[in-house]
Amino acid sequence: MKNLPAYIVLLPLCSALLSLALSKIHRHLGRDVVFCALTGSLILSVLQLRQVIAEGPIHYVFGGYTIPYGIEFSIDTINAVIVVMVCLLGVLSCMFAFNFDTKGDAVQVGGAYTMHALLVLGMVGMTMTGDVFNLYVFLEITSLTAYCLIAMGGSRGVVSAFRYLLVGTVAATFYLLGVGILYSVTGTLNMADMAKCLAAGNNDSAMLMAMLLLIVSFGIKMAQFPFHGWQPSAYTHANTGARPLIAGAMGKIPAYAMFRYLYCIYGPGFKYFRFILLVIGILSVCGMIYGSVRAMAQRDIRKVLAYSSVAQISYISLGFAIGTPLALAGSFLHMVGHAFMKGGLFFAAGAISWKYGTFDLNDFGRIYKKMPWTAGLLTVGALSMIGIPPTVGFFSKWYLAFGAAESHQYVYIFVLVLSSLLNAIYFFKLIEKVFVQGEKNKRELHPNTSLEVPMSMMIPVVICILVILLLGVFNVKLVDILLISLKGVAL
Amino acid sequence: MILTALDYRPGIIVLVPLLASCLVYVLGERIRPNCREGITFLAAFTMAGLVYSMIPAALAGKKIGFTLLEIVKGISLRFSVDAAGMIFACVAATLWIVTSCYSIGYMRGHGEKNQTGYYAAFAMCLTATMGLCFAANLLTFFIFFEVLTVATYPLVVHYRDEEGTRSGRKYLAYTLISGQLFFAGIVILYACTGTMEFVPGGFVHRGDIPMPWMLAVFFLMIGAGIVKAGVMPLHSWLPAAMVAPTPVSALLHAVAVVKAGAFCTLRIVLYVFGPEAAKSCHGSEILAWMAVATILVSSLIAIRKDNLKARLAFSTVGQLSYIILGISILSPYAATGALYHIVAHAFMKITLFMCAGAIFVTTHKKNISDMIGIGKRMPVTMTCFTLASLAVAGFPFFVGFVSKANIIMGAVSMGKPFFVATLIVSALLALTYLMPVVLMAFKRDFYNSQFPTYGEASLPMLVPIVITTACSIILGIMPNFGLHLYDFAVMAGNAIFGIMG
Repeated sequence: MKNLPAYIVLLPLCSALLSLALSKIHRHLGRDVVFCALTGSLILSVLQLRQVIAEGPIHYVFGGYTIPYGIEFSIDTINAVIVVMVCLLGVLSCMFAFNFDTKGDAVQVGGAYTMHALLVLGMVGMTMTGDVFNLYVFLEITSLTAYCLIAMGGSRGVVSAFRYLLVGTVAATFYLLGVGILYSVTGTLNMADMAKCLAAGNNDSAMLMAMLLLIVSFGIKMAQFPFHGWQPSAYTHANTGARPLIAGAMGKIPAYAMFRYLYCIYGPGFKYFRFILLVIGILSVCGMIYGSVRAMAQRDIRKVLAYSSVAQISYISLGFAIGTPLALAGSFLHMVGHAFMKGGLFFAAGAISWKYGTFDLNDFGRIYKKMPWTAGLLTVGALSMIGIPPTVGFFSKWYLAFGAAESHQYVYIFVLVLSSLLNAIYFFKLIEKVFVQGEKNKRELHPNTSLEVPMSMMIPVVICILVILLLGVFNVKLVDILLISLKGVAL
Repeated sequence: MILTALDYRPGIIVLVPLLASCLVYVLGERIRPNCREGITFLAAFTMAGLVYSMIPAALAGKKIGFTLLEIVKGISLRFSVDAAGMIFACVAATLWIVTSCYSIGYMRGHGEKNQTGYYAAFAMCLTATMGLCFAANLLTFFIFFEVLTVATYPLVVHYRDEEGTRSGRKYLAYTLISGQLFFAGIVILYACTGTMEFVPGGFVHRGDIPMPWMLAVFFLMIGAGIVKAGVMPLHSWLPAAMVAPTPVSALLHAVAVVKAGAFCTLRIVLYVFGPEAAKSCHGSEILAWMAVATILVSSLIAIRKDNLKARLAFSTVGQLSYIILGISILSPYAATGALYHIVAHAFMKITLFMCAGAIFVTTHKKNISDMIGIGKRMPVTMTCFTLASLAVAGFPFFVGFVSKANIIMGAVSMGKPFFVATLIVSALLALTYLMPVVLMAFKRDFYNSQFPTYGEASLPMLVPIVITTACSIILGIMPNFGLHLYDFAVMAGNAIFGIMG
């Protein structure tokens, strides 16, 4: 299994290339291939995680070139975990998308799955790569496929996609500028090598400039406040089948890239490190409050969830701003947890729209009678967003708050408290709609189903419930795995 | 350091109602109502049996419990059994059986909807309560505290109408805000002291947190407890939650939620901060005065309420503050009294609420002014009501006397004449707001055509009422009867203040 990291990337890539061609033969052949490939990647990524835990970081060099010149994949326990998360969510949302590919001709269907596979590939590659320019390539793959998947959501999707494209291009340019500065200073593109060069040299002002550019670039990509403008409409109007993956995983990967720049390449030795952390901290604090306040005013569940993502991504960056090992572990726990909370809530929203064709919160009255599992997922996901034990949201909040208390940044604790309460306002509104509000006469679009929704929707729903609860109760296992790699880099 | 003997019973006790809750929720609509209630009863009796089976070991002062798993880095989910927890557990387990029986009578008599959800949420509340009783550290405690908050919500909004929704929101606003501040307090305390295990007498030392901040942390943590216990000015969710069905009110007011608040206050003042730290930061003093104000004001409000349940709700607010006052006097007697008042108030108030519910189901009367002469129709119910009222007022040979006498002795021993006066005045006020109900019910010279003949409540409601009334008399005469609850209260009081038994 020497080539494990390469296979994880290659499987979705091959399937993506095949999908379009195979869909000419049979409408669903392409999607089956993509699904199998993603499942394969998932299995391999779990194996990779086990290997990393047992034997330490993997450094995989493509083509056998010597290191600062060749491209390297460097995998430690953190990104191994994130890769598992991306693959699992990819498989689940691919399965979920089976129910939404009835419209359009065979090529369109095949093309959609091509994009789906490429999106997973881009995110996986971005996570694993150890090379700053290679990261740019994967960033672009992710962005381009995301533009397509958002544009597939109908006429409003096209507008949102175009908006995202404009902003996303700016982000990509900023990234290149930042990398350009760093390259001019160090002459290398390999992350580990760059870290060494930066530590040895004395280029604080150039590094500061580059870091600010990178923060803007990643801020746009992860929809960090105040760079989130494109995100709510993009999440809202994206293709229903792909929405969980886009909303659940796509924002997290740039956040991880930002972590790498901050802690692995720059490191606490950087002269303006505290200043950068403060900037990120302030942005996160504003984002947490702003996102929740906007989410309260929405009636469309997709918009509620999208604005809530603006707030939730700030939890992750808040952990980076605190910087103690446990706070960083909390960040990554939240990253994984939130992928399944937000992905799960979008699965639930998608299931409701599949059955009743509505996203309006006011149409959700007592939906729990017809769709108990979906309502269960909405409840568990909502409680986890608020941070009620024993869901994963509580524990990530615990680590963040504890990290803040350890480093005497008490303001962050109270912002976390405030943010949970704001979350509680709109998520309990959702729960109230689902369980309490009077029933409306809704017409079922698919009346003849034995389960509440087909099996291929049921499985993602149930798995998300389980992951949110189990990840909460057994969070220490994950935190231990994360801490293996975090010990060396954190403050 | 006493080693903790491995014993899985506390965990099983938490698990039993959890399983029952899941079973009821999943199967509830598919099986006959009798089977569904059968599950509840089975769980209730199993749980009570398990709790009682731990009495001898706990009474002997053995530390039993176990660690389930590491719940966050460095802190484990741990259950252990101590005297204070046993008191609360015994009361809750006993009253669950009684309330379940009563619920069946009430819910069927009243033709309620959504009974499945009701029984499931009820069992979930008990899960959380049991978790609170046996939690060995703050984080475990907090987890069950939040579960309790969420599990009570469906009970409050049971009717799914406008008023229920509004009360539900109010309830959530109060409890979630205080719960989150509790969370912040726990985090800060843990970062400052590095430990979380409950210790009789507290683990916080004077120098752990600099002075003004100590008080801030104290109130952050105590806030959740006093909101749930309805200490004024944070009480207004409690009367609002009265819209729920009566068994829920009984559960809220006597067994689970408000008692959890009082118990939370007890754990934090006496097992986390400890008498010394609580006194040195002046937290206990402020708390005591808040309790005094609550006792007096709530009794005065209660007098003005015509709705029987609302009157009882304000009576609860006042009675709960006895416990808070007992805790914050910081003397062994007062702590014993406070703990015993958890028992006393549970039996007294549940009787009163069940009587109110029985009256409502049988005659559809809510207001006291409509109840003139009701004693003729429901003599047993109203006799029980009378006895429980006397107990609330603290008459000798009733359970309320035992606890109040202890609290008063504590106040005397600490030299607080004003607290003594408050307790005595409030006993008189209790008579003022409860006796009119009794007098009206048994009014002789007035013939009320609505209550011409005998017509008692149905047996599933009547039997629990008689049982709890009997308990409040028996426990008043023999405080140690059956479950050794008084011994436990004394044990806990002595342990907290370091007096060897």
